[in-house]
Amino acid sequence: MDRPLRLISTNPVDQLARTVEALLVVAAAPLAVEELAEATQDDPERIQTALSLLSDRYREGRSGIVLEKVAGGWAFRAAREAGEACGRLFEKPVQRGLSHAALETLAIVAYLGPCTRPDIARILGVAADSAVAGLVDRGLSAEGGPADGVVRAVVHKTRPLFDRVFGLESLSQLPRLDDLGGDVDTIRERLHEIAEKRPA
Amino acid sequence: MIVRELELDLDAFEGPFDLLLTLVLKDELDLSEIDVAGIVVAFVERLAERERLDLDACGEFLVLVAALLELKARGLFPEEEAELAELEPEEAAEELARRLAEYRRMKEAAAWLADRLASEGDRYFRLGPAPLAPKPERRLADQDPAQLAEVIRLLAAEPPTPSLAHMALQFPPVTQFVERFRALLRRRSRIDFDQELAGLSRVEQAVAFLALLDLRRNGEIAIEQAAPFAPIRISRTDVERDNSWTVRSA
Repeated sequence: MDRPLRLISTNPVDQLARTVEALLVVAAAPLAVEELAEATQDDPERIQTALSLLSDRYREGRSGIVLEKVAGGWAFRAAREAGEACGRLFEKPVQRGLSHAALETLAIVAYLGPCTRPDIARILGVAADSAVAGLVDRGLSAEGGPADGVVRAVVHKTRPLFDRVFGLESLSQLPRLDDLGGDVDTIRERLHEIAEKRPA
Repeated sequence: MIVRELELDLDAFEGPFDLLLTLVLKDELDLSEIDVAGIVVAFVERLAERERLDLDACGEFLVLVAALLELKARGLFPEEEAELAELEPEEAAEELARRLAEYRRMKEAAAWLADRLASEGDRYFRLGPAPLAPKPERRLADQDPAQLAEVIRLLAAEPPTPSLAHMALQFPPVTQFVERFRALLRRRSRIDFDQELAGLSRVEQAVAFLALLDLRRNGEIAIEQAAPFAPIRISRTDVERDNSWTVRSA
């Protein structure tokens, strides 16, 4: 199969890169490679090539607009050096007033989601209704149907905005739970110490 | 002091303690919404108002609050309710340690998120109009078409015409009773209201009473009643009025 076009264009991905660039500038949320492939009616592998081309062009230190892989897709954001100026004109997304309780609830939803409100309450030891509602209002988490599609309990999981605000490519970038300080042995020892001190 | 009458003013509940317990036991109030510490504070405040320590009240309160706390704790672990009760002390300690560890991990995860938020704080990006929230698909159980048709037929049926019978009530004119009382009082100085009304319909009795009030307003009669529901006695006032006028003018 002959490809006469190859002779004309020096880099055939250039045009595709321009289209991808256009799609990304219009988008209000990260676009996945599959979405870009569908919109451009092109091959996902070529989309990847175009994206790496664009990533190089739009990177910190080179451009005021930075292309980043975030929340399972690709999106433009402002360069860090422009952060201060942006802060004078725009409010940071969802960051204001994220309380301690809200962060703990968010951690549970991020790690264990989809999970129900009783699941969250069981770990926190208190009702989590208002914290969950706050996260939903901020667009960080949402109610989602259970995996089997039959109506049971309402479950919560994080939304892409969570990944974007925290700068995560996906939830798998969160630190492993096992690496976080829940040392069962230490806690058990302390429990036993307390129990022994207590008068019988 | 009666513990059950303790007035509470909590976020999720306002009213006596007794009612709170009733609502909780009837499952009409979610205990996880209730701030038990708030109840304790209310009780202690009430206790502090008194000079003498009311041991009976303290005992009763402790029992009730302990029961409430246990209910609340059980409510937070619905599926494991049965398991926990059967655990040996050793196993229970193990389970508690496991849960504490789980919470500790989430606490650290939250701290990690807070750090991350601080370090990624200067991220600015465009947020379009809120993307549509993923709507959980709610499926209905299979429905029998014939049953649906039956329900629709029920709804489509013409409702019964409301009765207008009460609209046709006839009220005798008040003046009729005014004249009747005047005539009676011309003959007698004192009449018994209930006696005069014997045998009249409810509506007529009401109109008669209106006539009575009308006469009283004009100062033509005096009304006496020894006690609520006691017989109402009506007497003429014109005799006295005539007298007083005579005395004053003399």
